[in-house]
Amino acid sequence: METYAGLEAFRDPELASRLIAAIRARSWRPVRLMEFCGGHTHAILRYGLPTLLPETIELRSGPGCPVCVTSTADLDRAIALAALPGVILCTFGDMVRVPGSRSSLAQAKAEGADVRVVYSPLDALRIARENPQRPVIFLGVGFETTAPMVASAVLAAEAGRVDNFFVYSAHKLTPPATRAILDSGEVALHGIIGPGHVTTVIGAEAWRFLPEEYGVPCAIAGFEPVDLLQAILALVEMIEDGRAGVANTYGRSVRPAGNPAAKQVMAQVFEARAAEWRGLGTIPESGLFLREAYARFDAATTFSVDAVPVREPPGCRCGDVLRGVLRPPECPLFARVCTPDRPVGPCMVSAEGACAAYFAYGTEGRAPGHRS
Amino acid sequence: MEKTIRLAHGAGGRVMADLIAEVFVSELDNGHLREMADAARLEGWGEGRLAVTTDAFVVRPLFFPGGDIGYHAVHGTVNDLAMVGARPLWLTAAFILEEGLQIELLRRIVRSMAEAARAAGVVVVAGDTKVVERGHGDGLYITTTGVGVVPQGVDVGPDRGRPGDVVLLSGSVGDHGIAVLSRREGLAFETELCSDSAPLHGLVQALLSAAPHTHALRDPTRGGLAAALNELARSSGVGVEIDEAKVPVRPAVRAACEMLGFDPLTVANEGKLVAFVPPEEAEAALAALRAHPLGRDAEAIGFLTEDHPGMVLARTPIGGRRIVDMPLGELLPRIC
Repeated sequence: METYAGLEAFRDPELASRLIAAIRARSWRPVRLMEFCGGHTHAILRYGLPTLLPETIELRSGPGCPVCVTSTADLDRAIALAALPGVILCTFGDMVRVPGSRSSLAQAKAEGADVRVVYSPLDALRIARENPQRPVIFLGVGFETTAPMVASAVLAAEAGRVDNFFVYSAHKLTPPATRAILDSGEVALHGIIGPGHVTTVIGAEAWRFLPEEYGVPCAIAGFEPVDLLQAILALVEMIEDGRAGVANTYGRSVRPAGNPAAKQVMAQVFEARAAEWRGLGTIPESGLFLREAYARFDAATTFSVDAVPVREPPGCRCGDVLRGVLRPPECPLFARVCTPDRPVGPCMVSAEGACAAYFAYGTEGRAPGHRS
Repeated sequence: MEKTIRLAHGAGGRVMADLIAEVFVSELDNGHLREMADAARLEGWGEGRLAVTTDAFVVRPLFFPGGDIGYHAVHGTVNDLAMVGARPLWLTAAFILEEGLQIELLRRIVRSMAEAARAAGVVVVAGDTKVVERGHGDGLYITTTGVGVVPQGVDVGPDRGRPGDVVLLSGSVGDHGIAVLSRREGLAFETELCSDSAPLHGLVQALLSAAPHTHALRDPTRGGLAAALNELARSSGVGVEIDEAKVPVRPAVRAACEMLGFDPLTVANEGKLVAFVPPEEAEAALAALRAHPLGRDAEAIGFLTEDHPGMVLARTPIGGRRIVDMPLGELLPRIC
């Protein structure tokens, strides 16, 4: 495939080693950089970047895992919705295994609920068309990357008069979460590796507040090792030179203003309101909820389910991991009690979860011969 | 002959007898089956040890680029025999058919089995048929049991890997898994890829002639190369070090894996093997693999070490280090 051939350059070992040498030459001050995005955390560990970077550079994973930041309260409500008579609940694969207060969607499915894993909200819309007599609820989790697809599905449902299609929106916005982490001051960060896919939608300009309001440089990165090394080098250069700006090292995908069509459809269907994040608490204007005009597709207001008292998994430090306060191998449960086959918290479940990445690829905190 | 499978086709009566005679015996035709005995009596393996294995095949869809469940049910079991150095001789096959299955489709699959068996030099000597109610099966499931003979002097086992052994891989990884996934509903995408489904005993024979002291063999099926290496590392109590850049992955497989979020090392294969060979025989072994049509793209991908026993570590394409873990495999749809 041509697309792949094009990507080869971004895995080129020679280019990578030149970038590593440049980073080593420029980096003097010890710095802590946060990669916001869980996809970045996976690429970083998958390619063993921490074993190649100088000791002056510490990479800290952030809250960029949609499944992980979904609050237990939202998950509990989704599990309750799935148990309503006739309901088909559709969501992305990882979400199904996340433990809620009492159950998980996987357990609800085993107990008879109709929970289906889909790859796109449009699959959920198709299921709604095929089952006109049953309510089909799409549990939408994700950032600015997936929200436009969900918005499009809502518009398609409206146009096609599919009146049994509903969305439970747990969509979230990334800039407010980054602000919340910097505002809390819990962890000192010297630079942010900006999320590549999100920024393709919202545009590099959306991160301008980082240098301007917080004095923290930001580099938007793609997901190949060379992309990440370029972003790290850009941050190191800005930090060493005492500058702060937004560097776009993912120019093949990211434009300054992002994707206007995607932003438009998102703004048409959703509005930003306060939302609860796992680990970060309630953040103003950080969640995407269906606008009044689309209220009839809103599962949260159409169906009523009893709220159950939220119970977080005992000992789980996912919240601290998502705020960047704790590195996954530092969690007492990591690889001992909490493993991908018996996850305690969502960061060990999701393909984008930081704990899952450290477990799958990292050599740290894994006893030799450890059985997964 | 009827057109679709009814529950009666598994009820043990005349309808079932007709099905067996007209589909199974006629397609897999040989003296053992024609005898219609409860068990086949086998003679003539001479010297050596008997090897026996059994495997169930529930792949969906039944037909995929480069193969179908019939080929697959023969190759899978033939390969399990080959991985202990055995020459495969006989197979048995049990069929679980779903009510409503088209008999023409069943015949196509059995014909594939016959073709695969002929090519692999094995005979299907016994079988069983059950029919389940509509909705209780995915069309059909096949279980095959294989019997073969390990020649004297051959001693290959998963626990025999030793530090210093060279890790050989017979070709590109992930072809089968991605070819099957590309044809699944809800996940259909265009690809030129074909399953690599193939019987490996010939390749094993070529390898063992060149490297008679080969320690361990495995065909990296479900769970891919990552699972095979982890299993062998644990059984042998050794660490495995591989160089990811040396592992052949077709661009189409890599592109699909990127799209689906899979690691190619964890995607299933049906016509590849990984071997632990002592260093003094490694060069001859690699040459022998490359001289065989099924091993043209063979590579030496790493070595065994006494460090980190039971664990597989990789040098990443850009020179970093990472763990290659036993895959969970839970979200992957069934492909074997």
